[in-house]
Amino acid sequence: MTVLEDLAPPPQVEVRPRGISRRERWQLRLPLLPALIYTIVVTQIPFLVTLWYSFQSYFWNTSSGAHFNGLSNYKTVFTSPAFRGSLVRSVVMTVTAVIVAMILGVALAVLLDRKFFGRGVVRTLIITPFLVMPAAAALVWAGPMLDPNFGLVNWLLEPFGVHHVAWLSTHALGSVILVMIWQWTPFMTLIVLAGLQGQPADTLEAAKVDGAGALATFRELTFPYLRPYIELGILLGSIYLVNVFDAVRLMTNGGPGTSTTNLPFYLFQEVNNAFDIGGAAAAGVVTVILTIIVATFALRMFARVFQFEEAGV
Amino acid sequence: MSSPPFRLRTLGAVGSVAALVALAACSSSGGGSSTNSSSGTVTVAVVSNPLITGQMIPLTQSVFEKQNPGITVKFATYTEGDLRAAIQKDVATHSNAFNVIMIGPYETPLFAKSGWLTNLSTQFIASDPGYGAGDLLPPIAKALSYKGDLYAVPFYGESSMMFYNKALFAQAGLTMPTNPTWAQIQTFAAKLNVPGKQSGICLRGLAGWGDNMAALDTVVNTFGGQWFNMNWQPQLTSPAFESAASFYVNLVRKYGEPGAANDSFNQLLTLYGQGKCAMWYDATVAATSIATTYPSVFAQTGYALAPVNLTKSSGWLWTWALGIPQGTANAGAAWKFVSWATSQQYDQLVAAKYGWSAVPPGTRTSLYNNPQYQQAAKAFAAITLASINSVDPEHPTLNPVPYVGIQYVDIPQFESLGLTVAQQIAGAIAGTESVSQALQAGQSAASQYTPAQLSGG
Repeated sequence: MTVLEDLAPPPQVEVRPRGISRRERWQLRLPLLPALIYTIVVTQIPFLVTLWYSFQSYFWNTSSGAHFNGLSNYKTVFTSPAFRGSLVRSVVMTVTAVIVAMILGVALAVLLDRKFFGRGVVRTLIITPFLVMPAAAALVWAGPMLDPNFGLVNWLLEPFGVHHVAWLSTHALGSVILVMIWQWTPFMTLIVLAGLQGQPADTLEAAKVDGAGALATFRELTFPYLRPYIELGILLGSIYLVNVFDAVRLMTNGGPGTSTTNLPFYLFQEVNNAFDIGGAAAAGVVTVILTIIVATFALRMFARVFQFEEAGV
Repeated sequence: MSSPPFRLRTLGAVGSVAALVALAACSSSGGGSSTNSSSGTVTVAVVSNPLITGQMIPLTQSVFEKQNPGITVKFATYTEGDLRAAIQKDVATHSNAFNVIMIGPYETPLFAKSGWLTNLSTQFIASDPGYGAGDLLPPIAKALSYKGDLYAVPFYGESSMMFYNKALFAQAGLTMPTNPTWAQIQTFAAKLNVPGKQSGICLRGLAGWGDNMAALDTVVNTFGGQWFNMNWQPQLTSPAFESAASFYVNLVRKYGEPGAANDSFNQLLTLYGQGKCAMWYDATVAATSIATTYPSVFAQTGYALAPVNLTKSSGWLWTWALGIPQGTANAGAAWKFVSWATSQQYDQLVAAKYGWSAVPPGTRTSLYNNPQYQQAAKAFAAITLASINSVDPEHPTLNPVPYVGIQYVDIPQFESLGLTVAQQIAGAIAGTESVSQALQAGQSAASQYTPAQLSGG
């Protein structure tokens, strides 16, 4: 909420319509109250409880219950190599997946924008991965696709001299990122395709008349035109992919070792395997603060880019 | 955008909602008064494996619920790791979502000490002479007891042993001794490993203290390693621990199944059942699953005791047992179910429906004295019983240790420590780090606890 307010400070104008009393104004706002209360109950109260737990030593596997232990959970979070490692992996996974998916998305969108026989069918097929449930996609990739003994990928690669590669052991992080890319490329394609279809045909025609090649047209006209769409895709993709859990949990369970443990999975394990409620709460609070900082910067950057675009057009 | 009255009123509204939520929380956690009603709904948390999903659940519906019309049994099925998490949360927060929980020798004494379990001996078994608690195998009953009383009763019990393909051994001119050493196993694995066709040996690599660490711990013990010395100082980087871990990791990396870091019991059962393993070191209960699911492979399967190095025997001890949380509702109905599922009559039911070789093994002496079972399970009954009777969880390794447990250390911290070390070992098996790096990380994770914390003092 604060992020959005930072992004667009509300205009300081008198919104109060003339001739309406203060009382009537609140009556008009009354219908919003349930939504406001609901939002507070489901987001802010849990956050306050988490904050409270983050100052407690509370382990589910001991019978001693919860007791105050000051900042020691936060000290553990900041000194723990496991937390730092999962933070770094979260960044690596998100950035790689978003960038590769966007490059593939632009390429596919440009291809799909052309007219050819069966275009509707091809578009539907290309979009399908995004419609598959993330958990189902992760299971299909972990089993039938990447299994070292029975997997389709190894079978396809066998003629090229690849034998029984245990993808999920030897290339675990790469395999998880691959599935993220596979799932999110269609989303990027859709967004960029929407942009492409809004591109005015006359500009392209003019470029053609002026003798511009396909590459030059793309670089000088199409790409600048697509920039806001690409930025939107990157922003939305990052927001979703930084939270990726299904693929990690179902494909590698964070392993081997901790090689695919990202922040959401680390938090899950702190509760589910270490039963360390205080430590998990502290890690959660730190994660929220980091996310707010990153999101604020990202949104400000995009806001500036959008304004620049508008001014430039 | 605010004027003071609005803010106050909002706060008031939020405050009252918060109070309501708090009240609801209190009433749900405070209503845990024990009732001994012997009817009602019994919710059972169980681990997902063939003896439970394939037998216990269908038999409960087709037999138990018909015999006890007042009782409805609901099952919540989890994988091993998720089961532990769900149960731990349930008993620690006293949410009492489960009337019956499936636990093992690790949890039972710890839970009993915390006052989370019903004392089955005094509450139920004393007034239920037909149950025959004296018939339970002594090592299993001891592992499920706290201060001499049973706090859980076994559904099935297991040690660990070596399974091997007799046809492949004959082809290669090899003979498996009944009591092999790990050095012999390594030689066999090297000879029988045919990349792309079959692995020399299939071993657990999946990160989990009940997964890869269960198998590795037995190797550590027989190599003379230990988790802690008598002063509760961690010993993960000691020469014995390190040589055992290196041996295990090298064995599985050289001659093990591809992708071992993601494999545990269920995956290995499938691989072995499809003839992809010349040898397989795992739980004795696998014999029952091989016999029922893969008859052709079963016909060729030979059995040997858990391999040793410096100790005489090295099998682990585990049992999936049923316990009743303290303060649960419908405790009487819960005991009715628990006593039925762990009874001799249950064995008869399984035998009638699925055959004697499918009966849950390793819990009762009477099963091993039953001529029909001896006949049907003659291939593996004797070695299973011998394996279970050879264990000593109080003296698991060469030198004395301050803890109880063969493939685990029976302290609350082990839940987290065991997983951390298991992840490191899985990383070493996958090749993302070396064994000594893995053990150093494990040692530093173990060093964050003081000896006083570990000993519970």
